[in-house]
Amino acid sequence: MIKKRLATLLIILFLSGAVVIIAPFLGMETISLNDLLETSLDQTKVDIFRKIRIPRTLIAFLAGAALSISGMAFQAMFRNPLATPFTLGVSSGAAFGAAMYIKIGIIFSVMGISGQLLSSFLGAILSIILVYGITRVKKGFSTATMLVAGVAINFFFSSLILFIQYVSDFANSFRIIRWLMGGFEVVGFLPVKTILPFIIIGSAVVFYLTNELNLLLLGEDIARSRGGDVKKIKLALFFGASLMVGGVVAICGPIGFVGMMAPHICRLLIGWDHRYLSVGSFLFGGAFLVFCDTISRIVIAPAEIPVGVITALLGGPFFIWLLLSGGSEKRIF
Amino acid sequence: MSNPVIQINNLSLYISNNKILDNVSFDIYEKDYLSIIGPNGAGKTSLLKCLMRIYSFSEGDIFFQGNPIKNFSQRNLAKQISYVPQSDGRTLPFTVEEFVMMGRYPHLSPFTSFSSEDKKAVRESLELTNAIQMSERLLFTLSGGERQTVFIAAALAQGADILLLDEPTTFLDPKHEQDIYHILRRINKELGITIVSVTHDINSAVLQGERIVILKNGSVQFEGEAIEIMDEKILAPAYDKDFTFLKHPLTGQTIIAPEVPGQ
Repeated sequence: MIKKRLATLLIILFLSGAVVIIAPFLGMETISLNDLLETSLDQTKVDIFRKIRIPRTLIAFLAGAALSISGMAFQAMFRNPLATPFTLGVSSGAAFGAAMYIKIGIIFSVMGISGQLLSSFLGAILSIILVYGITRVKKGFSTATMLVAGVAINFFFSSLILFIQYVSDFANSFRIIRWLMGGFEVVGFLPVKTILPFIIIGSAVVFYLTNELNLLLLGEDIARSRGGDVKKIKLALFFGASLMVGGVVAICGPIGFVGMMAPHICRLLIGWDHRYLSVGSFLFGGAFLVFCDTISRIVIAPAEIPVGVITALLGGPFFIWLLLSGGSEKRIF
Repeated sequence: MSNPVIQINNLSLYISNNKILDNVSFDIYEKDYLSIIGPNGAGKTSLLKCLMRIYSFSEGDIFFQGNPIKNFSQRNLAKQISYVPQSDGRTLPFTVEEFVMMGRYPHLSPFTSFSSEDKKAVRESLELTNAIQMSERLLFTLSGGERQTVFIAAALAQGADILLLDEPTTFLDPKHEQDIYHILRRINKELGITIVSVTHDINSAVLQGERIVILKNGSVQFEGEAIEIMDEKILAPAYDKDFTFLKHPLTGQTIIAPEVPGQ
């Protein structure tokens, strides 16, 4: 059992490594190794590779990995297969921030970080504080309260976004819609550096708490009777994962599907033990998003399809196939 | 009788302003086999949850080895007390071995794999409960009786000296019921583990338990030797129901039966 799992993990590691290495060479302009080695010949290609392709691949990988393990953590914490990184309203908060920035139209940046990114991150923080506050006020700090509060906040911000769109002109309205589709149109390494601390802290929290995630799956009473400090665990997971998701959404927009389905796909491949599942979800989620982003760049080149369109188009059928092909022991919840 | 390992002093518990436990006081002794009986809603399960600190109580105190259990971290408490909850029928696709392994949680640290000590504890508790041949099976393929056995094995693997059980034999057929009691007796006698078992089965409580506590409406109605409850004056007010005491024609054992109205 354990050997089979390690073998599956190794395969995922190998494949995701391959995807990440190959992806930067593909796109509207295919770049070969020769283009990079003979430096003097084509400086543009080298620049594209260095300043656009590599940061873009990195961002896509980090975003996918972060969304995937936060989805995994939330699914275990809520014992609910429908939980996603966006269930608690972080993405709507971020979207609200971005929409407000677009609507108000005062363009600014702080230390090279764009105002749009900052305001969407503030929106994410706002939603986190609201969900935490509501859950805290209601006695017991239950996951059910947290879930319902999150969903309510989610709808609340979505309505505000609709309102902002309704009162905006066509150009702004389209900019908001485009933002909501998500994407990795980054140049240079600043976005990577900005997002990295969130992902390191968030992932560290999740990886540190893998035994605890296993416990939470069994239910809170059993988790306590086994010695889990359930409230602390929930708080750490909530803040760790939410901040990480907030950082990702502020930069890449709300990219759906990967956060919900990547953990399920990995559950079918690796099993339920979070000590293995978390590593698998991290790698698979990251590689999956890099793969989808590459497809989105080359399918209708020179134009690009928003990556959010590709993720579900590719991932959906793959997931269904995996679900149906397994025996009865392959269950997602 | 040995020293009290758990002392419950004037414990009261409120849940949304309802008084669930009302000034409960009694002691649990080392190597005790204590059965807690009483009508539905008497607060039996809540009492177990207070002992395991799943519920935090408002008034009174529980002392474990002389220290208030509030002073223990949940992890340290779990090294001393383990708990088999009421079966909720919800199972997950873990194998029996994986599930029992999770019982070792209080002894684990992050980023490490299971030590040989963990593996030994799991193996021993699987053997003791005769669940070893099921170790590769998935939890959701088990019958109710097998499942209960596995939950007891997982609690044992936790390595605690006190085992709390909430209706361990409810929903089980007579054979599996006896199997579970057999395992519990072994745990109690051979390993010297203190057992606190909530049950509706009065006959088994008398047969298995050395001591019995009867709870009603959140208060202790009776505390004493198991044999003492074979008394109409004790049982009838506890359950608001008359009981008949029959003699088994062959063994002479007393069987407690509720009286059927109209006869």
